[in-house]
Amino acid sequence: MNDEPHAEELLRAVERFLERDVVPNLQGVPRFHARVAANVVAMVAREIETEAEHQAGEWERLGALLDEAGALPDGREARRQALRARNATLVDRIRAGAADGGEVRRRVLAHLRRTVDDKMAVSRPPRQRE
Amino acid sequence: MALAAVRVEGLCRLAGGASREIWAFGAEIDGPGGTRVYDLVMRRDPPGRDDEGSRDLEFRVVRAAGEAGVPVPQVHWCCTDPAVLGTTFYVMDRVDGEALPRRLLRDARYEKTRAVLTGQLGAILARIHAVDPDQPALAGLSDATAGTVSSALAEIDRVSEGIRGLAAEPHPTLTLAERWLRARAPEGSRRALVHGDYRVGNVLFDEDGARAILDWELCKIGDPVEDLGWLCARPWRFGSPLPVGGVGTREALVDAYVAAGGAPVDPAHLRFWEAMASYKVALVWIQQSWVYRSGRVPSLELAALGRRTAEEEQALLDLMEEQA
Repeated sequence: MNDEPHAEELLRAVERFLERDVVPNLQGVPRFHARVAANVVAMVAREIETEAEHQAGEWERLGALLDEAGALPDGREARRQALRARNATLVDRIRAGAADGGEVRRRVLAHLRRTVDDKMAVSRPPRQRE
Repeated sequence: MALAAVRVEGLCRLAGGASREIWAFGAEIDGPGGTRVYDLVMRRDPPGRDDEGSRDLEFRVVRAAGEAGVPVPQVHWCCTDPAVLGTTFYVMDRVDGEALPRRLLRDARYEKTRAVLTGQLGAILARIHAVDPDQPALAGLSDATAGTVSSALAEIDRVSEGIRGLAAEPHPTLTLAERWLRARAPEGSRRALVHGDYRVGNVLFDEDGARAILDWELCKIGDPVEDLGWLCARPWRFGSPLPVGGVGTREALVDAYVAAGGAPVDPAHLRFWEAMASYKVALVWIQQSWVYRSGRVPSLELAALGRRTAEEEQALLDLMEEQA
């Protein structure tokens, strides 16, 4: 285990530095880019804080929807691949018309709503921050 | 004016127009009545990007729109001779005003503008759609209604192919939206001159309201409701709950449009084009992310834009759930 500060704490230090010390001292395009950099760094900090929970939730919901058993694998790339595979199956089912109506559509919409809400909690567009 | 002496002063490139160059300059022109000064704007393709006289077509469309009573900068002349500036360009009057939507939404000085803009944009759009798209002056306009497939279906095909080709991850929300859109694509439509990028960011405004409609480079012949849907889409609301550029309701927009002579608008037809707008913008974010990840442009701004896809997915879920 790495020593403190944790990764997200270090990123918040970078965010603060950019917001307080860099942005006010720049003008025009570089100022805009410094602000984008601060937003990106904060986004990554939020992703680190929520990723495990968001991925576990998405994995379980997809398993229930697709009627697939199995645990989310260990390892960053393996988790991404496993989620990508279940999402690809969901895309195939949607394309085949399985979510065009009825109870399945209701459940798919509820799942997608939750997934998009999670993504938005991480990306948090500027307007939601104000 | 052919033999008059002309002096160009204060030439400077203006911000905006990522794909087109916009230059402001003053022109002093000597004439029989003395010297007159004109504040002008020159718009051209960046050298090497002249797409077959499209600036010339844009010039003719802006002139036709102006003649039909649409507020546009008065255009003066268009030069297609590459010997002059390298690419086709045209010159128009400079219109003073603000174009930044965030200022429109926030600044106290635009309070009146916020109150009148929705009605003005509806009425202006009715005038754009009343322009005869088949007049000889507009020859060369692309006609989205000409194919054997409806223009809406052709557009869904184009966007979904783009998403499939460029997205690194599966996007089930966009797949669901694609099916929803296909089931609701209007079969036929009226044919009209469509602005193609009618949103608050392309409106020049001042404290009294709209001054000019800009950026006609995406104009075409198509379904007029597409312009109404695009104007209502989520990306141009900047966090406001009001769909029309963050300043007005769909009902106020459509009322003003119809009162100014626009054809009645079916709310489901409008919702289709509004969803289509979010679907298209989702592809734009995916494209930007792809451009960054492919290593073509190592830009922080592009890298950050990919994560905006979720905003369009949220907008599409809202529209699908309103009308399941």
